[in-house]
Amino acid sequence: MNLAAQYIRRELAIRLVRAFDANKLDREIDAIPIKLRPKNEPSSRCCIYHDRAVLKYRLMALLGYSIEDESDETKTLSSYLEDVIREVSEGKDPYAGLEHKMAPLSVCGPACSGCPDAKVVSTDNCRGCFARPCMYNCPKKAISIVGGRSVIDQSLCIKCGKCVTACPYHAIVKTSVPCEDACPVGAIRKNEFGVAQINFEKCIFCGKCFNQCPFGAVMERSQLMQILLAMKRGEKLVAMVAPAAAKQFPGTIEQLLSACKKAGFAEVMEVALGAEKTTRHETAEFVERYSKDPKMIMTTSCCPAWVNLVAKHMPEHIEKVSLTPSPMVYSREIMKEKDPSLKTVFIGPCVAKRSEARRKDVDFVMSFEELGAILAARNIDVMSCEAYPLERPAEATARNYSHSCGVTEAVIAEAMGKDPGFKLNSKQINGIDKKSIMMIRMHLAGKIPTNFLEVMACPGGCENGPCSMR
Amino acid sequence: MEKIKVEICCGTACYLLGATRLMGIEQNLSKEMKDRVEFEVKPCLGLCNDERLGGSPYVRINGSEVLANATPDMVISRVNELLGREEV
Repeated sequence: MNLAAQYIRRELAIRLVRAFDANKLDREIDAIPIKLRPKNEPSSRCCIYHDRAVLKYRLMALLGYSIEDESDETKTLSSYLEDVIREVSEGKDPYAGLEHKMAPLSVCGPACSGCPDAKVVSTDNCRGCFARPCMYNCPKKAISIVGGRSVIDQSLCIKCGKCVTACPYHAIVKTSVPCEDACPVGAIRKNEFGVAQINFEKCIFCGKCFNQCPFGAVMERSQLMQILLAMKRGEKLVAMVAPAAAKQFPGTIEQLLSACKKAGFAEVMEVALGAEKTTRHETAEFVERYSKDPKMIMTTSCCPAWVNLVAKHMPEHIEKVSLTPSPMVYSREIMKEKDPSLKTVFIGPCVAKRSEARRKDVDFVMSFEELGAILAARNIDVMSCEAYPLERPAEATARNYSHSCGVTEAVIAEAMGKDPGFKLNSKQINGIDKKSIMMIRMHLAGKIPTNFLEVMACPGGCENGPCSMR
Repeated sequence: MEKIKVEICCGTACYLLGATRLMGIEQNLSKEMKDRVEFEVKPCLGLCNDERLGGSPYVRINGSEVLANATPDMVISRVNELLGREEV
């Protein structure tokens, strides 16, 4: 986790909302990077000027723009702001267009350190010992002892890291490129300028690079401005709060809903109500598929990064993904039935939801951080809010959707209510990474007998999502 | 002897900008310190509206002294200072 990047993102968002509410964002936005990094004060990078440049790009992403798209370096933040305001007032969507223009992630070149390629090297700690576990454990015979010290032949080394763990002196280290290591699908690589670049055809928007980059160079493109502008125009927005919210803010989920209401949302709802519908539908779908073919395997559809993974990297298995809409989609349906003029805002910890929302007509997605920024800027203290009077709280199994195993438990409980003898042969994948993808492939190919495969891209579930508040 | 009162602001701004890190302080204190310091997590103390004070997260000590941009180390060393002064 990159705490420093987290705090700076939040600080910027709070300042942005405060200035917006005071009607002086257009005059103040260009000064924010300078105010945050004044002269004679310490810098986080080589100097305050580098810091300020990166802060400008952060604000650009916060306004919704892709940093890769920058064509004019002299363009100021205030003119980007004018662009957003104009595009929104003309009813245009700043995201629309090409695939990469819709992508919710963007890499800030000036922030990227261009980490050197992964390499395994022997250090001064090497004692040239008699046992030489590094040599004997190396599967490629890449290690030799020269002048009483181990030397690794880089042309033979496959970076497996066996020598790193074998050496009792911790003399061998593996340097890495954190974003490339974190990406489960090999979608982020350095380009010809040595700067990380996302291949959006491969990217599943799991947000792992966004979280892991120690330089905070991967940024999320926000819809915060569009939401603020819609609120200001007096549009009726509904805050659809994901079940993962329970552990994000101080106070209860009911208090958080009250806080959303105070912040200017016309309606609030917990997405767990949508999750109840997902459970019913998904269980019925499972029973139906199973009765047709007892050897089938069905996999969950609520994690959007997982659905992206299947669609982009294992399309041959796409029909195994449940057709049941996600809790977010059902929540949208519930609210639109109630009042078709409502604009829906999904609030959660997820980057990939932004891509799902575009496909499923959810108007906006906001992260918990961004919600927090609005609450902080408007001086709304969640802990001091009264509990929102819910018509009824969502079922416990639905509120548990944000944990790994939550969906499986909900489906089992639902099915057993109808048929006490119901049995499920399930497997839960708790976090998508390079290794678990191999496991997933085994399950989907039928090599390991399972009939229900639950996949969550984030370890532990949504509550540990890339934009969660930890 | 009167206990030193440490109030950790848990208003939304402080929470977003690092108050959660301060909540673990109590567990890391020595037994003697625990007996002499009283920690409290508070709803918004209202300090974030005053730009002159610095920035969230805020901690208030003995009801008057304010620490801005508070970190666990800052709080512990200030408490130690106060304890040392009392012992003289």
